[in-house]
Amino acid sequence: MMERLRTIFLSFFKIGLFTFGGGYAMIPLIEREVIDNRHWIERREFLDLLTLAQSVPGPISLNTSVFVGYKMRGLRGAAAALLGIVVPSFVIILIIALFFADIRHNPVVDAAFKGMRPAVVALIIGPVISLARGMHWSMFFIIAAAALAVWGLGWSPIWVLVAGAAGGIAWELAVAPRIGKHKNSPKA
Amino acid sequence: MILLWQLFVSYLKIGFFGFGGGYAMLSLIQNEVVVQHQWLTNAQFADIVAISQITPGPIAINSATYVGYTVGLETGYAWCGVLGSAIATLAVCLPSLTLMILVAQFFLKLKNNRLVEGAMRGMRPVVIGMIAAAALLLIFPHSTEPDEQNFIDAWSWVLFGGVFIGSWRKVNPILLIVLSAAAGILIYHVFGL
Repeated sequence: MMERLRTIFLSFFKIGLFTFGGGYAMIPLIEREVIDNRHWIERREFLDLLTLAQSVPGPISLNTSVFVGYKMRGLRGAAAALLGIVVPSFVIILIIALFFADIRHNPVVDAAFKGMRPAVVALIIGPVISLARGMHWSMFFIIAAAALAVWGLGWSPIWVLVAGAAGGIAWELAVAPRIGKHKNSPKA
Repeated sequence: MILLWQLFVSYLKIGFFGFGGGYAMLSLIQNEVVVQHQWLTNAQFADIVAISQITPGPIAINSATYVGYTVGLETGYAWCGVLGSAIATLAVCLPSLTLMILVAQFFLKLKNNRLVEGAMRGMRPVVIGMIAAAALLLIFPHSTEPDEQNFIDAWSWVLFGGVFIGSWRKVNPILLIVLSAAAGILIYHVFGL
């Protein structure tokens, strides 16, 4: 029995250690480990699980691990999987944080970060465009309004999210039945 | 002590409202860490996003560990930094853990629930807007302080354009970050442009 918890921990430790960039990059690794290598879960069930992991807040890799761990060994399994996925990034970032304070005023490091900062912004904008492309044109007003509310007006993203959820529910209850079809649903 | 408590609450909020995961959480993290509490400058926030790209793990966890350490350190001792990073990391994981287990019980009922479906649909475009807001704030910060700026000269825009095209062509993001770091060293250190 203890062996099993350790196996869960080690499997997710391996996934946590080798997935750079996080998020969706982790999915194929989780898939290979829990479906192909360990046969812990069926492929069809895994697809359902992904939908679920995306609708619950929090990093998708974290959500997926918690679910698989929970299915294996209940609460302890969930904790083992969670620890497995978190410990590698925790330790690595802690080591970087320990030394970063000393080296960040080094002129070479400073120059490297000056180069990386605009690069990071470019990497963030990419998904905005690819996610928005699959959507109905009317959605662009909502995307723009949300962006302006958070960036321009300084609203808390939490309230903007709540407003989006409320709007979606209102549409589903009030408008969708009357026009007899669903809101032009984005494929994101 | 109050600082560590604020840290815990902030990351609990980030975990609890982090719909969409990954980049979608950036705006929440930025709002708590840069705008509300000013634990990091806008440039430091970009730095931690860059570090996240080249180290394993989800950005929410990476930022929690890093910010936790930085904030903990402000209370005085080195071990407080480690304590701070543990607190923030735990806080950002707690909502995932509890909500995922709760939802796992009711999964089949929730899956086709119209209210849940409506809420999810309504949040999707908002989440995209939030990612855009995070990028906009990184480019145009609210403050004019020099250490808040990520775009410092024309070279910044050249790098931005290059990486944008690279990511559009599906070049590995880790490679793009490493290349832009090398370009930064060449531009600002070697040639001193």
